[in-house]
Amino acid sequence: MAARDSKQESLLKIEDLWVSVEGKDILKGVNLAINKGEVHAIMGRNGSGKSTLSYTLMGHPRYRINRGSIIFKGEEIGDLPPNDRAKMGLALAFQYPVAIPGVSVSNFLRASVKSVRGQEIPVKEFRQELKAQMALLEVKDEFLSRYINDGFSGGEKKRLEILQMTMLKPALAVLDETDSGLDIDALKVVSTGINTLATKETAVLLITHYQRILNYVKPDFVHVFQSGQIVKTGGSELSEELEERGYDWVTQELTPSGVA
Amino acid sequence: MAAELRQPHETTESIRSIASDYKYGFSDTEDYVFKSGRGLTEEIVRRISEMKNEPEWMLKFRLRALDVFRKKPMPTWGNCKLLGDIDFDNIFYYIKPSERGEKNWDEVPEGIKQTFDRLGIPEAERKFLAGVTAQYESEVVYHSIREDLEKQGVIFLDMDSGLREHGDIVREHFATVIPAADNKFSALNSAVWSGGSFIWVPPGVRVEIPLQAYFRINAENMGQFERTLIIAEPGSYVHYIEGCTAPTYSTDSLHSAVVELIAKKGAHIRYTTIQNWSKNVYNLVTKRAVAHEDAKVEWIDGNLGSKLTMKYPAIYLVGQRAHGEVLSVALSGSEQHQDAGAKIIHAAPNTTSTIVSKSITKDGGRASYRGLIKVYPGAKNSKSSVRCDALLLDEASRSDTYPTMVVDEKEVTIEHEATVSKVGEEQLFYLMSRGLTEAEAKAMIVNGFFEPFTKELPLEYAVELNRLIQLEMEGSVG
Ligand SMILES: Nc1ncnc2c1ncn2[C@@H]1O[C@H](COP(=O)(O)OP(=O)(O)O)[C@@H](O)[C@H]1O
Ligand SMILES: [Mg+2]
Repeated sequence: MAARDSKQESLLKIEDLWVSVEGKDILKGVNLAINKGEVHAIMGRNGSGKSTLSYTLMGHPRYRINRGSIIFKGEEIGDLPPNDRAKMGLALAFQYPVAIPGVSVSNFLRASVKSVRGQEIPVKEFRQELKAQMALLEVKDEFLSRYINDGFSGGEKKRLEILQMTMLKPALAVLDETDSGLDIDALKVVSTGINTLATKETAVLLITHYQRILNYVKPDFVHVFQSGQIVKTGGSELSEELEERGYDWVTQELTPSGVA
Repeated sequence: MAAELRQPHETTESIRSIASDYKYGFSDTEDYVFKSGRGLTEEIVRRISEMKNEPEWMLKFRLRALDVFRKKPMPTWGNCKLLGDIDFDNIFYYIKPSERGEKNWDEVPEGIKQTFDRLGIPEAERKFLAGVTAQYESEVVYHSIREDLEKQGVIFLDMDSGLREHGDIVREHFATVIPAADNKFSALNSAVWSGGSFIWVPPGVRVEIPLQAYFRINAENMGQFERTLIIAEPGSYVHYIEGCTAPTYSTDSLHSAVVELIAKKGAHIRYTTIQNWSKNVYNLVTKRAVAHEDAKVEWIDGNLGSKLTMKYPAIYLVGQRAHGEVLSVALSGSEQHQDAGAKIIHAAPNTTSTIVSKSITKDGGRASYRGLIKVYPGAKNSKSSVRCDALLLDEASRSDTYPTMVVDEKEVTIEHEATVSKVGEEQLFYLMSRGLTEAEAKAMIVNGFFEPFTKELPLEYAVELNRLIQLEMEGSVG
C-alpha cells in the first residue's frame, strides 16, 4: 500500500459531489482522494452511478454538478471543458467507446497525443512509441488504418482505450469497466497494459463490476459504490470479501445508511 | 483601371476589410484590356465572338442561345427566392485579361502568381501539374501541356484555343450533350461562354496523370461562363480535376458553367471538382455526360462555398453495360444553400449506376439532394443504387432529399437509402476528452464523414479539403 503523506496535496480530491442527469440525481455526495501514482478500484453494481462519476470527472456536458467540488492538481476543474482536463493530465477509458467513421486510429492518436502533450512529436518517434505499446497490447498494425471503433469487437475497443491511455500517459487514468466483456486471454493482455500504465507518474482509478480483474491488477485501495456514493473503503482484501459475500453484504452492513 | 470598378459607396471599403478576414477572400488589383459593360445585349455577344475571331457557326450558335435565354423562364424549383435575386442587368458578361494564353510559367503575370502563393499551392504540386489551365478572370492565362501528353496525341487546351485549332472536332461534339435550350443557364452560358477546357483523348490512350485546372473569379459583379468539353475516344482514359477558391466580394457573382463529357465505347472519364466559391457566388452549373457501350463515367463533386449552388451532374447511359457514378459532398453554412444531386438515365440494357451524396449543414445552412433515376423501356437488367447521408451540425440547419425515380422497365434493381444524423454529443465528448478542442473535434468528425469522398482525391487536394473544413469549423465556434 502506498504511504500517505498527510502534507502532500492529493492529485484528485472529490468532496461531497452531487450530480444529476436530466434532472435526476445520480451522484449523492461522493468523497474520494487519490494521490500521485496510487491505484484505486471502485466496485459497484450496474446502475449504481460509476459511469456517471467517470463522465463527471471528464466533464461530459450533460452531467450537472449541483453541489461539491472536484479538485485536480490543486485546481477546481468542475467548469473546465473536457479538452482542458485532458491537457491537465486526466484521461478516461470509456465503458462504451463511440465509433467515429472515416477517422483513422492513427490520425486520431497523433492529433490526440499532440493536443495533450502540447507539442508536435516527430513522426518517427511517435511511430516507435506507438509500435512498442501496440506490441504490448497485442494489437495488429492494420488497427491503425481502421476507423475509430468502427466495426470493432468489444475486446478491440477496450484495447484501443488502453492503447490511448498508454500513449497519453496521464497523471490520472480513469478506467470505466475496461474489463467487462473480455475473455480471459484479452483480460490478461489488457491487465498487462494497465500495469504498465500504473507507474509513479500515473495514478489509476479502476472502475469495475467484477472482482475478476483485481486478480491481475492490485489496487492500493478498494471502494464500494452504491446508490451514488462510496459506502465503504478498504485495502485489496475488501474486493475478495465482496467476491465471497456479494454486494448484499455491504448493503446489509450499512443499513440504515448514514448519508453525508 | 481598377478605380472605375469600385463602387462609389463608402461601405465598399469596410466590406472589403471584413472580407479580407476570409482567408481565401483576397483579390488582386484588376488589370483588364477589355471589359464589357454591365448587362447582356446582342452587341456584347457579337463583340465576344468577334474578339475571339470565332467561325460564323459559333456566332450563330451564341445568338440563338441568347434568344433562348431571353425567352426561357427561370427554373421553378430549387431555391426560387435566391434565384429571383439574380440581377442579370448588373453583371459583366465578359472580361479579358491583359495577357494572352501562355505556355511558360515565367511569363505568367506576377499578380496571378501571388494569387497562387496565397492559396498556398506548393511548388511541388505546381511541378506535378501535367498541364495547367489557370483560369483567371474569364480567360485562360496560362496553359502548358506536358510533352508526353503531346506525344500521346492528347489535346488539352482552353476552350477558345480548342475551337481555333481543332474546329472540326469541336463542331462535331459541342453542345451535343447539353443543347443551348436545355435550361435558362445553359442558354446563358451558350451565349456568352469564354474559357474552360477542351480535352480530346485519342483511341486507346490512357492519360495517367490527372489534368488539372484552377479557376478564379476576380472581378466584382463578374460572370464566369466557362465551357468544358471532354471527348474520350474508344478505350481511352482521362481524369480531369477542377478546383476553385474564389475571393470575397461585396456584391453577388454569377458562375454558370457548362461541362460536357463524351465517353465513347469502352472509354473511362473521371471528372473531379472541388469548389469553394466565396459566399456571395451563385453557382449554377450544368454538367452532363454520355457513356456509350462499356464506357464508364465518374463525377466526383465537392461543393463547399457559394451562396447558392444548383448542380446535378448527369450521366446518360446510352450503350450496353455502361456504368455511371456520382459521388458528391456538400458543406453548407450560414446563408448558404447547396442544392445538389445527380441524374442517371438508363437507356440501354445491363447499365449500372451508383450515387453517393453526402451533405453537412451548419449555422442554419441548407442542403438538398435532388436526384433522378430514369430507366427507359428495354433497359433490362439495369441496376442503380442511391445513398444519401446528411449530417446536421446544429438544430438551425436543414437538409432535404427529393429523389425521383421514373422506371419504365420491369427487370431492374434499384436501391435507395437515406440517412440523417447529427454530430453526436458522445462523439464530440469522446474526442474532446482526448484533448481536441470543440472545433478540432467537429472538424475531425466532419472530415471523417467526407472520407469516402476525400479518399478519391489526389493527396494534395485531400489535404487542402481537410484544411478548408478545419477553417470552416473554427469559424463556427466562438
Ligand atoms: N444520460 C443519462 N440519461 C438518463 N439517465 C442516465 C444517464 N446516464 C446515467 N443515467 C442513469 O443513472 C444511473 C447510474 O448510471 P451509470 O452511472 O451508468 O451506472 P453504472 O456505470 O454504475 O452502471 C442509472 O439509473 C442510469 O439509468
Ligand atoms: Mg457504467
